[in-house]
Amino acid sequence: MRTIPYIQIVEAVKKLCIEAASKLPDDVIAALKKALEAEESPRGKEILRQCIENAKLAACENDPICQDTGVAVYFVEMGSGVAVSGGTIIDAINDGTRNGYREGYLRNSMVADPLFERKNTGDNTPAIVHVDVVAGETLAITLLPKGAGSENMSVLAMLKPADGAESVADFVADAVIKSGGRPCPPVIVGVGIGGTADTAMLLAKKALLRPIGKSHRDERYMRLEQKILEKINTSGVGPQGLGGTVTALAVHIEEYPCHLASLPVAVNINCHAARRAIIQL
Amino acid sequence: MSKIILTTPMSGLIVSSLHTGDEVLLSGIIYTARDAAHKRFMALIDKGENLPVDLSGQVLYYCGPTPAKPGRPVGSAGPTTSSRMDAYTPGLLEATGLRAMIGKGGRNDAVIDAMIKYGCAYFAATGGAGALIAKSIRSSAVVCFQDLGPEAVHRFEVENMPLIVAIDSKGNNLYQDGPAKCKQ
Repeated sequence: MRTIPYIQIVEAVKKLCIEAASKLPDDVIAALKKALEAEESPRGKEILRQCIENAKLAACENDPICQDTGVAVYFVEMGSGVAVSGGTIIDAINDGTRNGYREGYLRNSMVADPLFERKNTGDNTPAIVHVDVVAGETLAITLLPKGAGSENMSVLAMLKPADGAESVADFVADAVIKSGGRPCPPVIVGVGIGGTADTAMLLAKKALLRPIGKSHRDERYMRLEQKILEKINTSGVGPQGLGGTVTALAVHIEEYPCHLASLPVAVNINCHAARRAIIQL
Repeated sequence: MSKIILTTPMSGLIVSSLHTGDEVLLSGIIYTARDAAHKRFMALIDKGENLPVDLSGQVLYYCGPTPAKPGRPVGSAGPTTSSRMDAYTPGLLEATGLRAMIGKGGRNDAVIDAMIKYGCAYFAATGGAGALIAKSIRSSAVVCFQDLGPEAVHRFEVENMPLIVAIDSKGNNLYQDGPAKCKQ
């Protein structure tokens, strides 16, 4: 059994928060540059130029790419041979989030009660933490800071098994097209198919972690991803919803077995400021 | 395309000369407000009280910036999704004489009708470009509702803030016309 001190996780998570907020992953920058070449609308091109310039500026000055530094969503892969000394992994991640958002001058966007008082917690906690136990003795923590503009466009459909792939494609493309400029296109579309209602949405969010340009391992799903992407990009929505030929940078599907009577489909969208960062301990 | 230079406050005449698709560089004073601040504005208006800031002829920016680093006027400061303000906007336009709003994403029909009625324009700023937009903000100060944290009303002094007229005071709507033109 390998032991990782609580404070080491707190420190690592703090750095992860600050890094994720200001450094857009290379694959996202490459996709934005490709989009700039492909975009046919002059206005769309100008918006994409601003997005790329913004990402460069933020990385260079260590400033947040977007003022919505998000809900801190973590995906943790914890080796079964790892133990945390001095506290729990969840507490360590929340402490790291608190420190990272304060020291990085990031915006605190969490309200304590979702319906009545809606009072800001003042430190961006609690974080949303998903923990998977895996084999081995390493601890991997991925942070997906998730802005509300794109998160608010999430949708779930419990389709009938008879509906098939065509209906899945229509449902996903419609959801993205109807969102218009609100989720800050060009977007990345996470799609979760299968499981139960809750797992489908979690899969859709996990799909956003896949680097752009990496296709689905199963050719049938890869073709479905391409088909949905084409449907979305012929809609005309374009950068910021003001018209153009690039509305989405990628569509990523994750699937899981499901009940014989179900076909859950969830859509979770990420904006062009698709931030994510990973650390391994 | 040449850009239109605008300064705040704005007259109804200036606003009526703007057309969807126009690229604008805005300078002067603007005020931030998000849904929580709008809710408080409307509560004051409903009680017949004055707002803590006179919005006549002014421009509202739907923005909640990140905290400023030491020595800097403001943190990242891009637009938030405007449709969350739709429920409050017609009442606010009627009560205040607000001339323009800055945000991202489309507005509903009630907002567009009120914009036509009261002579108001809606500008799009590039969502997710908060670090870049912050470069056009010279100073920032909280005006009211400090307890709302990032959602407090800020007074920004801006210089050449890059915007696009997304919905004009005639009701032309780039969120419909732009995609319609590019649909394949």
